[in-house]
Amino acid sequence: MSMKDRMSGNEAVAYAIKQINPDVMPAFPITPSTEIPQLVSTYIANNEMDTEFIPVESEHSSMSATIGAEAAGARSLTATSSCGLALMWEELLLAASDRMPCVLALVNRTLSGPININCDHTDSMGARDTGWIQIYAENNQEAYDNFIQAYPIAEDERVHLPVMICQDGFITSHAVENIILNEDPDVKDFVGEYKPEEFLLNPGKPIAIGPYAISPYVMEARKAQEEAMENAREVIKEVAGKYRQKFGRGFDFFEEYRTGDAEFIMLIIGSAAGTAKQAVDDLREKGIKAGVLKLRVFRPFPAEEIAAALKNAKAAAIMDRCESYNGHGGPLASEVRAALFENNVRIKVLCYTYGLGGRDFTVESAYNVFDELSQMVNDGKEFKQHRYIGLRSSQSPEVR
Amino acid sequence: MPYNLKEVMNKKERLTPGHRMCAGCGATIGVRAVLRALHEEDRAVIGNATGCLEVSTYTYPYTSWEDSYIHNAFENAGATLSGVETAYRALKKRGRLPENENFKFITFGGDGGTYDIGFQSLSGAMERGHDMVYVCYDNGAYMNTGIQRSSATPMYADTTTTPVGSASNGKMQKRKDLASIIAEHNVPYVAQTTLTKDFKDIYKKSEKAIYTEGACFLNLLAPCPRGWRYETADVMEICRLAVDTCYWPLFEVDHGNWTLSYEPKRKLPIEDFLRPQGRFKHLFKPGNEDLLVQFQEEVDRRWEDLLYKCAK
Repeated sequence: MSMKDRMSGNEAVAYAIKQINPDVMPAFPITPSTEIPQLVSTYIANNEMDTEFIPVESEHSSMSATIGAEAAGARSLTATSSCGLALMWEELLLAASDRMPCVLALVNRTLSGPININCDHTDSMGARDTGWIQIYAENNQEAYDNFIQAYPIAEDERVHLPVMICQDGFITSHAVENIILNEDPDVKDFVGEYKPEEFLLNPGKPIAIGPYAISPYVMEARKAQEEAMENAREVIKEVAGKYRQKFGRGFDFFEEYRTGDAEFIMLIIGSAAGTAKQAVDDLREKGIKAGVLKLRVFRPFPAEEIAAALKNAKAAAIMDRCESYNGHGGPLASEVRAALFENNVRIKVLCYTYGLGGRDFTVESAYNVFDELSQMVNDGKEFKQHRYIGLRSSQSPEVR
Repeated sequence: MPYNLKEVMNKKERLTPGHRMCAGCGATIGVRAVLRALHEEDRAVIGNATGCLEVSTYTYPYTSWEDSYIHNAFENAGATLSGVETAYRALKKRGRLPENENFKFITFGGDGGTYDIGFQSLSGAMERGHDMVYVCYDNGAYMNTGIQRSSATPMYADTTTTPVGSASNGKMQKRKDLASIIAEHNVPYVAQTTLTKDFKDIYKKSEKAIYTEGACFLNLLAPCPRGWRYETADVMEICRLAVDTCYWPLFEVDHGNWTLSYEPKRKLPIEDFLRPQGRFKHLFKPGNEDLLVQFQEEVDRRWEDLLYKCAK
């Protein structure tokens, strides 16, 4: 059974939190994720859930308290965006290295400066190497579905890693769309009871967490963490499979949209995938074989699977909603090109930076990208490999 | 119950020997004294900010702690234990812990992790009123990184970031009064203590702090032989001089009521506390007499202020 409703992405995630009813949630407000702790607090105030909410005094403390609660044996989570994620960066590393299966509802927003509250992926991409599993959503439905899968992935004994569930600020978090919600008992059944093996409050079985370690131990600890991230691949697939079986929705690592015979594929993350799909439909009507590969899981990075999905295309556009200032593309561009090289897939690629600070990514923007891929392949035109799309210039009407 | 030193000292140690803290360190003596106030049947989760105590007592794969222990980072001992204590309430509420199991929550931080980098986290935990005790072992500088000044460092102390030189008399600023600041959070119990001959003051205050519901704070003067440069065997004597010169008065603030725990029969001159410490050596050079006068004036001013608060 399921329920039809209309919700924003923030409401959808807060609703999933209510259904899961975790033990402890410390949080600090920051646009555009503020609604999530607000809604959870309201559910608690109205006795619709009984999670212990901690109104901490900063995001550094929200992640610190999340780690403390999780270490104590409580299923824990927090929510944040942008500068909040940056402030808790040190703690993100500790959550992962202490092997805490906690969850973070991230609503993607750019980082200062200039200060701006709108969407891009600078925040989560900056945290890509902190040891968290990262799962991204195209819309409110996926944010909801992904959130329900977070604890089963994190708490799996093969994994024991924290999970970041990402959705696009405002575009997804605030836009109200139709959604299909699962029944409460089905969600509770899917997520299950939390039964930690070792925890601080285990009577008669004390443990110590957070040691100082000298050099002979550090690399082994990191390797164990890396292996857990590798194990996460199969666990993410298993959990996605079970979810699909039970609720009929979702993807493993990515969604392939009309890529089967596609000559030109756009690889993209988040809400802009919807726009890209519209462009693909339009171009297909004109006989242009375009497709979209929408990445759901960025950590662990599905390198082999992406290479396999792109190998029959003539060219691909790798879309980063983030700048990494390395002089040749964003983080997705770097990872995908490495994946193609490693798997001997030698197709042509162009790397685009788009949508920074909430800049619209339009269907026309997507047409232009596919057009440039086509010019590169069919006309032999040479392009600078790292490009910005949707950038205003001195020729733009609003600048003149 | 009347205090019985022998009985208290015979309680099982909850911070066991074998750790790597220095000889003559006040912190470990203080921590053991605080933990003796735990009722033996009660369990505890110990929190710890990064610092000497943490790196020397939980060096993987060994731990000196008999109770569950969590170190997270330098600046967040207050927030981390907030999470642990909240988890306890959540699990109790949901019937996931046996009803007869009682856990107490005590966190230790040095003055760096408490007065300075962890101040916000501490203030938040105190204001939210978590049922925990935060114990600051105040040795008056960042000792773990090599004796840099903190806001707990006394005026004129020679530290590695306020070195004494031809153009410097050491730290130029007065120390922060953290116990008062935490008392202004209107928490149920705040006390200042240190190591005394019979350990009664620290025992009584720790017991009160641990068994008073809500957020409680202890400021524990914990001399550091490396940073203060005294003979390791003199740690107890240094503490006595800190108290008898009124540099470190013993007091408590119980639900807003300020009480002096000890008033020296004869208040000793501050020189008696400063002279045995290498960090104040320069104050005793000819020509620096006025610095000693200023130090004494500051001690007197704070002492008078405390007497006023305690309505003496």
